[in-house]
Amino acid sequence: MNLPLFSTTDDPGPDFAGLLRRLDMSSGPGVASTGTAPAQGFRHGTTVVALRYAEGVVMAGDRRATEGHSIAHRAMEKVFPADRYSAVAIAGAAGPAVEMVRLFQTQLEHYEKVEGVVLSLEGKANQLGQMVRAHLPMAMQGLAVVPLFAGFDLARQTGRIFTYDVTGGHYEESEFNATGSGGRDARTTIKLGYRDGLARDEAVELAIQSLYEAADEDSATGGPDLIRGIYPLVATVSAQGFTSVEESEVAERFAALIERRRQEGRQP
Amino acid sequence: MTMPYYVAPEQVMKDRAEYAQKGIARGRSLVAAIYDEGIVIVADNPSRSLHKISEIYDRIAFAGVGKYNEFDQLRVSGIRHADTKGYAYSREDVEARSLANLYAQYLGQVFTHEMKPLEVEILVAELGDELRPRQLYHIAYEGTITDEDRFAVLGGETESIVERLEESYRESWPLSEALQAAVAALAGPERVLEGAGLEVAVLADGNGRRAFRRITGDELASLLL
Repeated sequence: MNLPLFSTTDDPGPDFAGLLRRLDMSSGPGVASTGTAPAQGFRHGTTVVALRYAEGVVMAGDRRATEGHSIAHRAMEKVFPADRYSAVAIAGAAGPAVEMVRLFQTQLEHYEKVEGVVLSLEGKANQLGQMVRAHLPMAMQGLAVVPLFAGFDLARQTGRIFTYDVTGGHYEESEFNATGSGGRDARTTIKLGYRDGLARDEAVELAIQSLYEAADEDSATGGPDLIRGIYPLVATVSAQGFTSVEESEVAERFAALIERRRQEGRQP
Repeated sequence: MTMPYYVAPEQVMKDRAEYAQKGIARGRSLVAAIYDEGIVIVADNPSRSLHKISEIYDRIAFAGVGKYNEFDQLRVSGIRHADTKGYAYSREDVEARSLANLYAQYLGQVFTHEMKPLEVEILVAELGDELRPRQLYHIAYEGTITDEDRFAVLGGETESIVERLEESYRESWPLSEALQAAVAALAGPERVLEGAGLEVAVLADGNGRRAFRRITGDELASLLL
C-alpha cells in the first residue's frame, strides 16, 4: 500500500466511502442484471428494537440468523456501537448488513480524525441513509438491509432514534421502533408498556419483554437460549456513551420474566 | 535556447537542506517521551484548534513541526492509509513501522525530485502491545528515519532540549514526571511554559480501544503542579 495523497483540488475530504472508491477498494453493491431470480442461500438476521428512556435510548437484538427455514447461527451480534454516542442495529441479509456496519463505524471514526470534530447525530443518521441507498440494487435482488440507528444527541441532550427503509429514506421516531421479521410483535409489546420518561431499568425490561414476545410468535427470532446460555444483546446510549448491558443482568431479567409468568399461571 | 547554469548536485542538496532547516527552525519544538504506562507528546503550541498532535489509529499518534499545511496533509494521508488498511485487513494489522516508512519514502522523494523540500519534521508514535514494543519514529525533512525508545525531540533548535532531557530522563517514570521534564526541556532556563501555551496528548491503555487522548484544562494543570 502507498500513502494516499491527493491534490488539493480533488481531495476526497473526510468521506471514507469516497476514499475507497477513489482507491478502487470499494466493496460497493454488485449489480446483477435485472430479471434474475432473487438470491438464495444467504443468512438472514431478524429482530432488533430501540426505545427512548429518560436519559437516552435502549437498543436490543436477538441472536438468531436463519438461512431459509434452518437456523444458521445462534449467537450472531446485531447491535453494534457506531461510535461513542451512537449505536446501530441491523436486520436483513446478514453479510451485507455486517459489512455496512463496519463501513459505517470506520466512516464515523475517519470523519472525526480527519476533521478533528465529531459528526452531529443528524449527520451520522444521514450518512447511514446514504449507505442504505447505495445498497438499493442489492435490495432489489432480495438482499435488503434495514438498519436501526439510535444515539445520544450531545447538542440537544436527548436520545434519538432513526428508522430506515430499503431506499435509504430515514425517519425519526419519537418513542420507539423495531425492525426485522419479529419487529411487529416486538413493537406491539413495547407499545403496551411504553410511556414518556421511562427509567433505565424499566426500558431495559421492556426491550427484553418485546424480544421474548417476538421470539414466541416469529420462528426466525431467537429467544433466550437457556441451555447454551445465549441471550439477546442489550445496550444503552446516554450521556455516558454506549454501554453494553451485562449478560448476567440480561439472563437474570429473562429468568425473572419466566418465573413471573409461571407464578401468575400464564403461558410462559 | 539558453543553457541553464551548471550547479553541482552537492550544492543543490545543501541549498535544499538549508532551506528546509530554516523553515522548520522558524516554528516551535515538540517533545515525545515514553513513560511507565504509555507515551506522552508535548508541543509548545498556543493554538487550541490548530493541532500539532493528533490521532492516526487505535494505538498510533502523529505529531509534526514546521509548516502547518504541509504536515497536516501528511497527517490526513496517514489517517487514510491506516483506515483503509484496517478496513481491508484487520485493525491489528495496522502498524506504525510501515506508515513511518511510507512517510520517509515520500519525504525523501520530495526532497530529491521536487523544486521545494517539505519544511516539516514528523513523529509517528506507537503504543506497543504483546506483539510490538512501544516505539517513536522520528522522520526528518529529507526522509531520514530514526527509531527512539526513550524520547524524541522535533524542531529547529533541538540540541539544548535533548541535553536537558538526557539529564532528567529516568527509566519508567510516571506521567507527571515525564510531562514536567518535557515542559521544562522545551521551555529552557529563561522561559516558563504554562498549560495555556501547551498542547499535550497521551497514548495510554485504559482509554479503551482508541488509546489516544488529549490532556487539557484542569487535568493538565494538576499534572504540571
